[in-house]
Amino acid sequence: MSQARFNVWYLVPLMVFVGLAVFMGFGLQHDPHEVPSPFIGKTAPDFRLPRLEGEGTFSPADMRGKVWLLNVWASWCVSCREEHPLLLKYARMESVPLVGLDYKDDPDAGRKWIDQYGNPYTLTVQDADGRVGINYGVYGVPETYVIDRQGIIRYKQIGPITESVLQEVLLPMIAKLQK
Amino acid sequence: MNRFIVMGRVLVLTAMLGCVAGSWADEAKPLAEDPAVEKRLLDISGEMRCLVCQNESLAASQADLAKDLRQEIREQIQKGMSDQQITDYMVARYGDFVRYRPPVKPSTWALWFGPFLLLLGAVVLLGWVLRHRILKRPPDIPLSVDDKQKIEALLRDQP
Repeated sequence: MSQARFNVWYLVPLMVFVGLAVFMGFGLQHDPHEVPSPFIGKTAPDFRLPRLEGEGTFSPADMRGKVWLLNVWASWCVSCREEHPLLLKYARMESVPLVGLDYKDDPDAGRKWIDQYGNPYTLTVQDADGRVGINYGVYGVPETYVIDRQGIIRYKQIGPITESVLQEVLLPMIAKLQK
Repeated sequence: MNRFIVMGRVLVLTAMLGCVAGSWADEAKPLAEDPAVEKRLLDISGEMRCLVCQNESLAASQADLAKDLRQEIREQIQKGMSDQQITDYMVARYGDFVRYRPPVKPSTWALWFGPFLLLLGAVVLLGWVLRHRILKRPPDIPLSVDDKQKIEALLRDQP
């Protein structure tokens, strides 16, 4: 009895600890701000909003039959500035239309922002009171939606588009949807 | 989960106190606030998470989006929509995540029943370990005459 024999069961707490550590490690990789959107696979909510630049209005129905991106931004949004060079780069690729939604913004400030940083948008609409934003479940600007030919939301990027998101997610998805 | 609900309630209370304090500080509101509507607004928004600052309820948050959503809910209440309709409206936009009390459905089974499963597992394991221990205990061996005499001698020497 005095000779302590190595007992496999003594390893159990260690294994439980390692299991928990791995589990929680994965949890740390996960950004809690990225809430799975209930809109994926659903029809993009309809709206008709005045254009930010020039006259006229725009509605998602105008894009029926085309794959397009809807980018929600605002002149007061700091991350939008971070994202902007990538949008300009995207615009130079001449891929599918990129529609800007100037969310809860003063139209003059929005126009000034575009003048100052460059305009990557095919067209921009103003959502001054944020109603359309609410209907799209926007909660963290910038957000970008990929909408297919049938007007169904296929993907939602929460937060700024990065180089890797553009190359690995958005462009492949656009190519797939355009087939 | 319960902790969230309790926290939510505390936040609601804080928000209510905030409203009281706010009503002293603010200018007169343009719209006469109906206390019944405000009460329902607090009840509903207290059950919901603010998406911007996720540790706050929609009732307590001062984020712009939370203010807009409270206004939206206020208008829906005035339009006579039921609590269920308003909750559905919010869930349609922000998913079940917006609710502090997620519904019981296949994707949330792990959340609702997982803890009880763990508890059950722990009880079964405990029972098994205890049983094992009893079974493995060495049988009682009667003392030999020698040992008995030794013990008696030792006890006698005790002061």
